[in-house]
Amino acid sequence: MTRVPPSKPIRLPLLAVAAALAAAACGGGGGSQAAKPAKTVIQNKGSDTMVNVAQVWAEEYRKVAPDVEVEVSGGGSGVGLAALLKGAVDIANASRDIKPSEIEQAEKNTGKKPVGFNVGFDALAVYVHKDNPLSEITLEQLTEIYAEGAKTTRWSEIGVKIPGVSDDTIVRVSRQSSSGTYEFFREHALGNRDFRMGSRDLNGSKEVVELVGGTLTAIGYSGMGYATTAVKMLKVTSKPGSPAVAPTVAAVHDKTYPLARSLHVYTLGEPQGAVKQYIDWILSDAGQKVVEDSGYVPVPPDQRAKP
Amino acid sequence: MSPEDAPGPAPVSRPQRPRWAILGERAIEALIRLSGVSAILFVAAIFFFVLREAAPVVFREDFSLGQFLFSTEWYPTSANNVRYGTLALTVGTLSVTALAMALAVPFGLGAAIYLSEFCAPRVRETLKVVIELLSAIPSVVWGFVGLTVMSKLIVKLTGAPVGVNVLNGGIILALMSVPVIVSIGEDALKAVPDSYREAGLALGATRWQLVYRVLVPAARNGLLAAVLLGVGRAVGETMAVLMATGHAVHIPAGILDSVRTLTANIAAELGEAPAGSDHYRVLFLTGTLLFLITFAVNLTADFVVRGIRRK
Repeated sequence: MTRVPPSKPIRLPLLAVAAALAAAACGGGGGSQAAKPAKTVIQNKGSDTMVNVAQVWAEEYRKVAPDVEVEVSGGGSGVGLAALLKGAVDIANASRDIKPSEIEQAEKNTGKKPVGFNVGFDALAVYVHKDNPLSEITLEQLTEIYAEGAKTTRWSEIGVKIPGVSDDTIVRVSRQSSSGTYEFFREHALGNRDFRMGSRDLNGSKEVVELVGGTLTAIGYSGMGYATTAVKMLKVTSKPGSPAVAPTVAAVHDKTYPLARSLHVYTLGEPQGAVKQYIDWILSDAGQKVVEDSGYVPVPPDQRAKP
Repeated sequence: MSPEDAPGPAPVSRPQRPRWAILGERAIEALIRLSGVSAILFVAAIFFFVLREAAPVVFREDFSLGQFLFSTEWYPTSANNVRYGTLALTVGTLSVTALAMALAVPFGLGAAIYLSEFCAPRVRETLKVVIELLSAIPSVVWGFVGLTVMSKLIVKLTGAPVGVNVLNGGIILALMSVPVIVSIGEDALKAVPDSYREAGLALGATRWQLVYRVLVPAARNGLLAAVLLGVGRAVGETMAVLMATGHAVHIPAGILDSVRTLTANIAAELGEAPAGSDHYRVLFLTGTLLFLITFAVNLTADFVVRGIRRK
């Protein structure tokens, strides 16, 4: 909801309520920007993969437009989209495509169609501890490790000897089911098979890398932007025999890395006013530089679809 | 505003009591009665609303209550085969609670006996304040301690691959339920008449014999109630176990294995489940299950306490 409180600061609580009501009355769209100093609040929620980059966007954008406050929170792509469908936030971040059922729900709830913009790319990296001798993995092996009904439970079964451990049971690190990363991995690495029960389902991209970095026998998946010195990113092969590809910017752009995906922001209906200006800025060179600096892959200039 | 002291009902025509005073008194009486009844009202209302959210899925033909209770397969967002089995979650809750009680009951009852029978009054007052302080620590802080301090300690001491597990959650929950057990247990021991102590000592019992032959049997019901309330605290705790148990849905093979509890599962998944979807309703059904478990524990505690009063 875009709130434009009037300028008198003394009776703020009352006026804030009045402004909220007024904004609700005109459908939550950005009202005409008055000449008076006013603070516009943009609510932004969703993907944990994107929460870091979204926060930097918000901070950088404050320098460009001091009268706009962007409030960023995570929770997962599903949580962000669920909030958008109820009209609770202005922009939802999602590291997966919106589902047809979600579009339907939005139209039922608010009468508006969600509109999405590709704001960057992420390569989902497969992480192991830095002392793990493994350097590349096939999607088939990932399925054997992660999927329901699969049999691989020990590193020795795929020919890996972890130095200095007696029990080489693979510690599978996964994400909570509201995460876009979880759904993307299930779809693209496991061929939509379910995860086997018993993986550690963590609540954030950073937590996955932290746990893998602290556990010799762990394997996990997370955005490539979260790599640290304690972990190693594996090269991934989509088919046996084809070359293993490391998650790099070039491999994402030419689509040779099998676990690359688009990052999106969604709005209800075509973005208006301050929200439109913000998304325009995200897709500008300045906004895309933030994407690159955060460890993700920016959208090439000719592929940017501006609102 | 105190009326003249007069036993029995006041005469109807008393000049010094104005009408507003009588009405005011009635209003306050009604208010007090309302606050007394409201607790029941709220519990009934909460149960009703939770059950109402869950009900539509229970009566569906493709939903099996047997699978819900006795299957370990929890796949609420599966792309092609959605399954809602909560057995692994129930076992998760029970395993963490059992470990917590194994740790908290000896410490809690020991502390209660020490406070009530062995320590000097000044030490007792200080200890009670500290123990009350322990119960004032928010659960998210306990969770944070589990996630950061305890988890590293467990990895270092036990060699477990991951520090967030049943042991971690059990220790954190034990620390959270000890204050409950201590304060109620101490009350129960204090309620044993001094004549019992005097009789025991007069018969030549040592203090230890007095405690385990006389006081503990006499305060048995109160001590049991203290333990059961501790169990209730542990079963219902959410935030701390969400952070400290590792969030893995499966039946644990040992105390160094990660689990997920019923409460943590609701907290983690309710935000993402679209309102009115099957997943959402099943989570409410899980809430109902949890409610029934804690209700049974508290009711047992209540009956036990009632047992004391009858004596």
